[in-house]
Amino acid sequence: MKRWLIILALCSSAVWAGEAPPRAEDPQVEARLVVLAEELRCLVCQNESLASSNAELAEDLRREVRKLIRQGMTDAEIKTYLVERYGDFVLYRPAVKPLTWPLWFGPFAILILAVWGLWRYLRHRKALVHQRMSDADNAQAESLLKE
Amino acid sequence: MIPELGQFSLVLAAVMSVLLGVLPLWGTLRPNPTLQALARPLALLQFVLVALSFACLAYAFLNNDFSVKYVANHSNSLLPKPYQFAAVWGGHEGSLLLWMLMLTGWAAAVALFSQTLPLVMVARVLGVMGLITVGFMLFILFTSNPFDRLFPVPADGRDLNPLLQDPGLVIHPPMLYMGYVGMSVAFAFAIAALLSGRLDAAWARWSRPWTVIAWAFLTLGIGLGSWWAYYELGWGGWWFWDPVENASLMPWLVGTALIHSLMVTEKRGSFKAWTVLLAIAAFSLSLLGTFLVRSGVLTSVHAFATDPTRGVFILIFLAIVVGASLTLFAWRAPQVTLGGSMGVVSRESFMLLNSVLLVVATGAVLLGTLYPLVIDALNLGKLSVGPPYFNLVFAPLMVPLLFILVPGTIARWREAHVSEMFQELRWVGAASLLLAIGLPFVWGPWSIGTALGVFLGMWVALGSLHNMVNRLRKPGRIGGSFWGQHLAHFGLAVVVLGITGVKSYEVERDVRMGLGQTVTIEPYTFRLVDMVDVNGPNYKATQAHVEVVKNDKVIHVLYPEKRRYFSTAMPMTEAAIRSNFFGDLYVSLGDPIAGDTPSWSMRVYHKPFVPWLWVGVLLMVTGGMVAALDRRYRRRDISAQLKTVGEAMSNPV
Amino acid sequence: MKKFLIPLALFFGLVAFLAVGLKRDPREIPSPLVGKPAPAFSLPTLTGDQPFSPADYKGQVWLFNVWATWCVACREEHPLLVEFSKTQSVPIIGLSYKEVQAADQTNGPLSDDAKLSLARERSLRFLQRQGDPYKLSVMDLDGSVGIDYGVYGVPETYVIDREGIIRYKQVGPVTPEILETKLLPLIRQLEKS
Repeated sequence: MKRWLIILALCSSAVWAGEAPPRAEDPQVEARLVVLAEELRCLVCQNESLASSNAELAEDLRREVRKLIRQGMTDAEIKTYLVERYGDFVLYRPAVKPLTWPLWFGPFAILILAVWGLWRYLRHRKALVHQRMSDADNAQAESLLKE
Repeated sequence: MIPELGQFSLVLAAVMSVLLGVLPLWGTLRPNPTLQALARPLALLQFVLVALSFACLAYAFLNNDFSVKYVANHSNSLLPKPYQFAAVWGGHEGSLLLWMLMLTGWAAAVALFSQTLPLVMVARVLGVMGLITVGFMLFILFTSNPFDRLFPVPADGRDLNPLLQDPGLVIHPPMLYMGYVGMSVAFAFAIAALLSGRLDAAWARWSRPWTVIAWAFLTLGIGLGSWWAYYELGWGGWWFWDPVENASLMPWLVGTALIHSLMVTEKRGSFKAWTVLLAIAAFSLSLLGTFLVRSGVLTSVHAFATDPTRGVFILIFLAIVVGASLTLFAWRAPQVTLGGSMGVVSRESFMLLNSVLLVVATGAVLLGTLYPLVIDALNLGKLSVGPPYFNLVFAPLMVPLLFILVPGTIARWREAHVSEMFQELRWVGAASLLLAIGLPFVWGPWSIGTALGVFLGMWVALGSLHNMVNRLRKPGRIGGSFWGQHLAHFGLAVVVLGITGVKSYEVERDVRMGLGQTVTIEPYTFRLVDMVDVNGPNYKATQAHVEVVKNDKVIHVLYPEKRRYFSTAMPMTEAAIRSNFFGDLYVSLGDPIAGDTPSWSMRVYHKPFVPWLWVGVLLMVTGGMVAALDRRYRRRDISAQLKTVGEAMSNPV
Repeated sequence: MKKFLIPLALFFGLVAFLAVGLKRDPREIPSPLVGKPAPAFSLPTLTGDQPFSPADYKGQVWLFNVWATWCVACREEHPLLVEFSKTQSVPIIGLSYKEVQAADQTNGPLSDDAKLSLARERSLRFLQRQGDPYKLSVMDLDGSVGIDYGVYGVPETYVIDREGIIRYKQVGPVTPEILETKLLPLIRQLEKS
């Protein structure tokens, strides 16, 4: 078998050295699929995206998404279609709605609060240290004088 | 016999850890130097016993003792020897034993390399580490014993998961655990300092080298994990924001903040309470990571076979350790003194900003990782939080951090002047800006994201070089601490450039390839020349021979494989990678495609700058090690300076 | 002073959530279709006389059970379903989900007709041997109706009311406990209305 393959290869490199066709039937649809599938979750896997999973349901869902792309649906419409059937769980990018506001805005809100808090702390601290130092200086001066 | 010896040794080690956890600390309540002096020998003894136990388990694996349930579940007689050894930590129970080995190892190291520390401090630090060890010991002995027997004895084992049969498994978990567990040293120092009632600059000086070494291991462990995923999983991804990955990133982020905060506490006596809190947080995040990976609360490709009872145990342990530490913190921290003054713009304030940004980033990762669980617990439904969220939230937090890094390294202590810093850095800034605008054009389409990445990477890289050159011009010995920090920062810059490069310019081609056919990713052409069958020790594979042609010359041949291991039905793909300074050529063999002429699905990638990720990580690790091993931490004469502090420390709690 | 207690308070909040989380199954996906009309379809049946559509059963309460002969977990619930079909008046409609697998096509893809025959043949054989709880079974060979129903694993069971609204979805095999505590009470309640 191996020898046969080598002979075939040698012959064929002269005969059919051609560009290998893309695996996808339609590269444009496929390109959209890959981008979209990276934001969708494989429902039966242990945390994998629809783009990278080899599970059977993932294959089925990718096929379904290709069909929807060909039907002219936008990315948002396709996501809605899947959420109607599987719920929010299928989206790796959680929808921005009141339920997820803490998730989406939390980090930046905390950052702003923290930086503002830091600013105030630094300003306040300067005054505090000067005050304590002067108290300590006075106390030290007194004890030195007593010796 | 040997497994029983291993079990017995482990039980003895548990007894030692109980003694270590109780006696020396008792000896600090009313100063009892005899009890305190027990700390070092007990720490060494517990390590020897755990090491013996570990050796027994390794022996069982290497001798195919399938009467041990854990060995039967994770090994096989056909498994090559190196993997039989690595399989010791291939599953939950064994990996816990590895954790114990590391924990007792670090305690033994502290026992050996702490000659300049006052005995009472040693007693407290080792005592705390002993208490943590007790918790894990109980966990192993009562819920996760690797030495449980199996009857009837199977003829052969179930084999190690093929995904793990790889050099990555041999090295990634040990390095990662060294890092995770190493954070317990900083934690123990912090608790010891809180217990003593005095948090001084000396405490920071003692903690720092231990923390930096742990950080370096953690960096290495995370980098190795990323590298392993990259070449093993077959689709060239290297970070997925999986809960287990996040569990390792969070202690790393806090650990980084801790190192910088320790520096300020050491130099200026400031931020004491904050630094202690960071030390507690870093180790708490390590423990939280242990919980997340082994309890089943979150779904992950990395999760061990989970068991809710184990989860309950770890959660209780976590609650006790962290709860007690934070209570101690709340009690003692208010009494801490303030430390030196600092201006609104100063080295200190830059370090505080560093802390703030890193902690907020950690918070964001924690929020994203746990949000699904929180929503589910509140019965509000099930949702997923994945890479799109993390990428969108994490990257913007890193931008200011990378930017302030450079001025942070030149800012004066106490009072820094923006105009002065601007003067010093203007050429570095200008060069970075020009490179950011110009370089992206060389590799492909220009985008603002790419330019920003290049700018930040160049800014940090050139800034580090600028600092190094400047310092070399001045007289005097330069210590490891200096080289270490700038090397690590430079390494970070290399990682940033690598990430920017690969994300901006990677190309993938998913094709059906027949023999003789080609696929082109400029300037490379890939040609499938042959397909052969290969027999491995415990698998059979189809192997493709793919020529890489550039400028009409064959520059390389790649051999991607599709393997079928005897033990499992799932076929495994072994990608073939050719690396050089500028990037990787990556080929992954898929399934054969039915048709008249034989062809196979093949994924071919050009991933520019990926090697920079690994090189950058290695530079960071080296920088950390060089900094930690600075001679000033090892000089004996620091004991004179610390004598006064030691006297203060020996006062009872 | 109090601010130093904040970390402790936050931590206990975290522990509380983690504790609750231990009791949850992170992989179970609740169905967004509960409370919504059962998606329409028209599929060939096992016995082949007339295609079936959910509208045919308007006015009745019925169960829709997703199964396949290759599904190991289905065997657990099968005797229970058979028993149910004998003692209860509520009909069970089966959805034969992707009966023809990749393993059946190693010698090349089968035509749609060939797939349908194979699926029918295997399913009938199975039901003859194991008992037939189904009023009828519809054949979803490519899984597209499954997708409409949010099927992600087998077995799954839906309870559908007289108006054709899905009232409950059971993921995983039906156990005696689930039957007693969840399904039967719901069915009785729906039958009354």
